[in-house]
Amino acid sequence: MDIVFQLLFQGIGIGSVYALVALGFVLIFRATNVVNFAQGEFSMVAAFLMVIFSVDLEWPYWISFLLSLGGMAIYGALFNLGVYFPLRHRTYLPVIISTIGASILVSNSTLALYGPQPQVLQPLLDFPGFNIGTVYLDAQYLLIIGVTVVLVAFQYWFFEHTLLGKKLQATSQDKEMASLLGIPVATMIMLTFVYSAMIGGLAGIMVAPILFVSIHMGGTIALKAFAATIIGGFGDVAGAIIGGLALGVIETFGAAYVSVPYKDGFAFLVLVAFLVFRPQGIFGERVAEKA
Amino acid sequence: MSSMIDIYRASAQRKQRGLLAYIALIAVLVYVAATTTFDGYVTNILMQAVTYSVAVMGLTVVLGLCGQINLAQAAFFGLGAYAVGLGTVDYGLSYWICMGLGLAVVLAFGAFLGTSTIRLGGHYLAMVTISFQQILTLVMINWIPVTHGPDGVSRILKPSLFNTPQSYLAFCVVVLAVVGYLVWQLPSTKLGRAMRAVRDNELAAGVTGIDIQRTKVTAFAICALLGGLGGGLFAGGFSYVSPDQFSFAESIVFLTMVLLGGVASPIGAVIGTGLLILIPEWLRFLKSIPGLYLAIYGLAVILIVLFMPDGIWGFVVQRFKNLRGALRLSAELPELTLVQTQAHADDVLVVNNLAKHFGGLKAVDDISFVVKRGSVHALIGPNGSGKTTTLNVLSGLYTPTAGAVQLDGQDITHFAPHERTASGLGRTFQNIRLFRSMTALENVIIGVERPGNPVDHAPIALEARARSALNFVGLGDRADELVTSFSYGHQRLIEIARALAGNPTLLLLDEPAAGLNSTEKMELRDLLKRIAAKGLTILIIDHDMTLVSEVAEHITVLNFGRRIADGDPVSVLNHPDVVTAYLGSDANAAH
Repeated sequence: MDIVFQLLFQGIGIGSVYALVALGFVLIFRATNVVNFAQGEFSMVAAFLMVIFSVDLEWPYWISFLLSLGGMAIYGALFNLGVYFPLRHRTYLPVIISTIGASILVSNSTLALYGPQPQVLQPLLDFPGFNIGTVYLDAQYLLIIGVTVVLVAFQYWFFEHTLLGKKLQATSQDKEMASLLGIPVATMIMLTFVYSAMIGGLAGIMVAPILFVSIHMGGTIALKAFAATIIGGFGDVAGAIIGGLALGVIETFGAAYVSVPYKDGFAFLVLVAFLVFRPQGIFGERVAEKA
Repeated sequence: MSSMIDIYRASAQRKQRGLLAYIALIAVLVYVAATTTFDGYVTNILMQAVTYSVAVMGLTVVLGLCGQINLAQAAFFGLGAYAVGLGTVDYGLSYWICMGLGLAVVLAFGAFLGTSTIRLGGHYLAMVTISFQQILTLVMINWIPVTHGPDGVSRILKPSLFNTPQSYLAFCVVVLAVVGYLVWQLPSTKLGRAMRAVRDNELAAGVTGIDIQRTKVTAFAICALLGGLGGGLFAGGFSYVSPDQFSFAESIVFLTMVLLGGVASPIGAVIGTGLLILIPEWLRFLKSIPGLYLAIYGLAVILIVLFMPDGIWGFVVQRFKNLRGALRLSAELPELTLVQTQAHADDVLVVNNLAKHFGGLKAVDDISFVVKRGSVHALIGPNGSGKTTTLNVLSGLYTPTAGAVQLDGQDITHFAPHERTASGLGRTFQNIRLFRSMTALENVIIGVERPGNPVDHAPIALEARARSALNFVGLGDRADELVTSFSYGHQRLIEIARALAGNPTLLLLDEPAAGLNSTEKMELRDLLKRIAAKGLTILIIDHDMTLVSEVAEHITVLNFGRRIADGDPVSVLNHPDVVTAYLGSDANAAH
């Protein structure tokens, strides 16, 4: 029984990372109606920035952390300007292709600069963790879960109770009407990309000590985050979070009880199963998009 | 003036000469490939270019023609390659049997992934195909007893008929030539037009009688099949396959090839493939730094999408389009005939107690009316009266909450849009829905191809009927222009011609006067009278009272989702409830 709780804990921990990245996915999707296939690279780039600042340059951890998040804000802005903005009046297909191109470009440029050797990033906290009964609670996982809870709460408050949040919501619901009401739509979309890059980056920095920092972490995380959004119901913020947690748990149990080499395959199987049998997700009522 | 048959014969002769030239060119290439002894390096590059081109042409079909994304072409390519590899090496089967089995497997997977397009467009499809690609890669690496795992399969046999590299290369060139010819011809076939229609405007494709789901699944299956074929040829050519040759990165390479060359034509596929195989060979030094080479691919994808959306071949075609000059003879065409299927009864459309509720909102509430054969019937009502909802229920875009719809004695209540069209329903849209990448003629030909249209479906007859329909609406001399070059009013006429060409039993016109100026409205009124004179039954939905009262013989009025009046124009337009609905209750009080 203890092993079940142990796996559940780890599943929720890794699922929190998927949930955060999924959140970034959903925000960009709602603002632009485009799925960003380079979302996972937000996490990867942030983790590499951490490696540069804290490992290579040996700067203090928290300064590196702030610099990395700042770097992600700039990266998000550049990403928008280079990959989405010039194509905003075209159909979804060119935009998908362009984000796929960006994903390939960024991950392989990193490979060219850093080589295939995975980098190691130290955990933020010094103490390793503690036991409750026979269940071992790793500090890094606890941190991830804690930060996710805080961020989700913050985001709820931000979107529901601030003017800027309402403007962002208006933009995602009807761009034309929003701009007629004097909301600077281009700026709102820019903010969305910046924020999405920052939370994706935060997820990457937190998961880095667990997964190693490699150029493949982006693609894997992105696909799982996407699977999470499908499970929860596409475009739904709460659905993305619950879907992310569910996927983390499914995957952890699958690896423990079914097969380790196919661990990454479970996400895809779940994804395909949902897409074929219940494309609207667990909570969704909406009919699948007719793109 | 020459007859339609002369023009058709001339164009058929031109096509035949083109085909002969093509065969001659291929014969030369095959001869060169079969007789020249290249060194191994050159043979390998040529072999790769030829086999990849076959797979990339699959993307020309699914992405270029049908507008669906497939990010798993390397997986299909790999399935074909492993079928030939494992079959000839582990099971000692003949090359041809392995190729056949491989194609069967690929076709099955392609059709399965294709069925997921039925409910899912765009992003979902991209994700499904990526997932398929990743799962297949995992299986290739980890199912070691069957696939040999990361080591791959070596010493794959070529077919005994083409046992030397030269003869095998020549064989591959022939396969590529045949595939290229078929893909080149596809856009002007019925299937190809259906794919383009689905890509341009799915909704309109459905109501012109195209089975959208079948079209997409077919496109996907063809794409997978060409991927598997290319892979099978590749395995024979290189004698060695391993999982990393068929990874997601390779799917991106395939995508880049088709985008660079141009998605619209198999020539683009060959150009893109050739360039992306040769350029990395010239820039071999790039491969010394891992990642750099793919990073440049990624950058190239973004730059192509941004600056050259039609690819290299699209760019070339654009430049030379004006030089080709469409010198078309105007032909004497027969007057458009509207064949009516055997009349079952006097009532063409019977709507019984129809209701459509959206949650608590009763947009249409218990409406009944009958459209008589040969009449012009109008359905009118103020904004929010339920006209458009009724129309959408009639054409199958909404499922009714209750009630039934009969067309010519047949219950069509639960038919999909394209099935209704097959039963004889033709329609136009308030906001025009034409296939924007096609000419006026091609749009109308799709109308002629309506399933169940009782006319000759031979190519020459199709074209003649489409031209007659365009003549009938007064646009015959501009038939070969792209629809985007027509004015708004003329686009509406093309839409009407498209519907007429299909010989509908009932023509539904959704606010045909919307957005037209007064001259265009008069022309429309005359056209509608000419259509009615041919005996076609018309249901017109509009709120332009002048138009309606001039052309309609029978009017049904809706308000707040209910029928408030039904009868001949004079009595209906003087009906107190109708006056109230249109002019407000003060007018009623004055009575």
